Amino acid sequence: MFLTPAQLHRIALLARIAVSPEEARAVTDRLNQVLGLIDQLQAVDTRGIEPMSHPLDTQQAVQQRLRADAVTEPDLRAEIQALAPAVEQGLYLVPKVIE
Amino acid sequence: MLNSTVTELSDALAARKISSVELTRLFLDRIKGLNGRLNAFITVDEERSLAQARVADERRSGGRAGRLTGIPVAHKDIFCTRGIRTTCGSKMLATFKSPYDAHVIERFNAAGAVLLGKTNMDEFAMGSSNETSHFGPVRNPWDLDRVPGGSSGGSAAAVAARMAPAATGTDTGGSIRQPAALSGVSGLKPTYGVVSRYGMIAFASSLDQGGPLAKSAADLALLMNAMAGFDARDSTSLERPAEDYTRSLNDSLQGLRIGLPKEYFADGVDADVLARVSEAVRWFEGHGAKTVAITLPNTGLAVPVYYVIAPAEASSNLSRFDGVRYGHRAKEYTDLNDMYRRTRAEGFGAEVKRRILIGTYVLSHGYYDAYYLQAQKVRRLIAKDFTEAFARCDLIMGPTSPSTAFALGAKTDDPVQMYLNDIFTIPAPLAGLPGLSIPCGFDAKGLPVGLQIMGNYFAEAKMLGAAHRYQQATDWHLRAPKEAQL
Repeated sequence: MFLTPAQLHRIALLARIAVSPEEARAVTDRLNQVLGLIDQLQAVDTRGIEPMSHPLDTQQAVQQRLRADAVTEPDLRAEIQALAPAVEQGLYLVPKVIE
Repeated sequence: MLNSTVTELSDALAARKISSVELTRLFLDRIKGLNGRLNAFITVDEERSLAQARVADERRSGGRAGRLTGIPVAHKDIFCTRGIRTTCGSKMLATFKSPYDAHVIERFNAAGAVLLGKTNMDEFAMGSSNETSHFGPVRNPWDLDRVPGGSSGGSAAAVAARMAPAATGTDTGGSIRQPAALSGVSGLKPTYGVVSRYGMIAFASSLDQGGPLAKSAADLALLMNAMAGFDARDSTSLERPAEDYTRSLNDSLQGLRIGLPKEYFADGVDADVLARVSEAVRWFEGHGAKTVAITLPNTGLAVPVYYVIAPAEASSNLSRFDGVRYGHRAKEYTDLNDMYRRTRAEGFGAEVKRRILIGTYVLSHGYYDAYYLQAQKVRRLIAKDFTEAFARCDLIMGPTSPSTAFALGAKTDDPVQMYLNDIFTIPAPLAGLPGLSIPCGFDAKGLPVGLQIMGNYFAEAKMLGAAHRYQQATDWHLRAPKEAQL
């Protein structure tokens, strides 16, 4: 048991995914199966090993490429806004945040 | 024509034996006839495809045709396409129409290829069986009760069932090579950074890489010539001189050192799979190659490492789906946070939610070092295994998957069993290395077996060359499922 239903509640809150009380037990069980799989990593001796965050960092110096500070994208504003579930006067609509 | 390779179709178009419009119509009709049963395509737009084919034919008349001009190609529904919807296999994007094309799509458009349709896939590429798709599972053309593999299952099934001469896919932990193996086609995952990820909907950005699926290695080489290349809009795209991936197709196998990792020929692999792969290796030995016993000692840790790193990156990448700018939005909610939570609960399927939750957990306070950082360290150990192995051999061979295609539903109740099935395809992307899968025979049930060939960084041409030599002497890659059972 790695994750309790109470912990699942917290993780689901952080992930912004609603988990209903009815499905909480089943979801917790499934996640614990996966956490059981990845728990094997705890036993590995990694002293002195650098974390690998870029798959080619053994091949070349990894550096972020910089570009000139110039406009490179076309103006697709109308097309992009047309994809939104709710817009008004060019603004994206969301539920009221500040009372 | 349906059974022809891209190379042959390209020659037929050049010789004016067929037009692109005729060829495109042939495949569209084939899709119409079979897709109801196989479900390999999510979206097909016949008018759009035929219009592109007409342009290709005009281009040829104008003397400006290239090798892929007029060739119909199916695209995994993870590549954004302007003017035709891109769903990524998810309810979240079920009606999404991208305002721009992915770099890979731009490249095929520039080559004059015809977009044949968008292929089915596991939702957000998270799956190994194509059963997590919001649009239903894809069926394996060799046995309709079995899975085609995943996540590029629609692409693999489409090529296998001759609904498309070639298709694109993406590979994060095996999503090109495993469905290629289970569906009996050829597929290549290039070195990380070779194919631009621009417009390819992100799953795990340090692993995701696009690549081709087709009947033959020679076809994969032709498709790579179109797909690969620098693109400033992907920050990890590599600035390298353009390569001709067909350049080594006819190289000799004399003196080629083939590493056989003992961990890939171990218990837990189907006897028939081991037998077919060993027969293929013996063919290479009989044609000038030498085999070398090697070890990749951390192979068993690859699956656990992957199921920390991929979900961690996914939880971050998929945070963009919030119901504000595009995609699904819940109908009922009480406030902004509730809108996010319900939108994501409704828009994502169970496997995607599971991976986002795992990723959120391993990145959360108190667990980051123990899980995420530790996984990144073990990832380096896995990459180091390959560095040491490639000091002693030129290519590595082994099974692509420990089993042939499994039955629909067989592993859906046990995610860990599903994950462990990817043990041989997960290591290469963790190390950023290229890998390909080609058909090398059948098991006793008549299901295809895949031979995996892995190479060092940027060894794609050499891998394709070895695969091509094998395919010149064998015809496993040209076998097609029986028409009667489709």
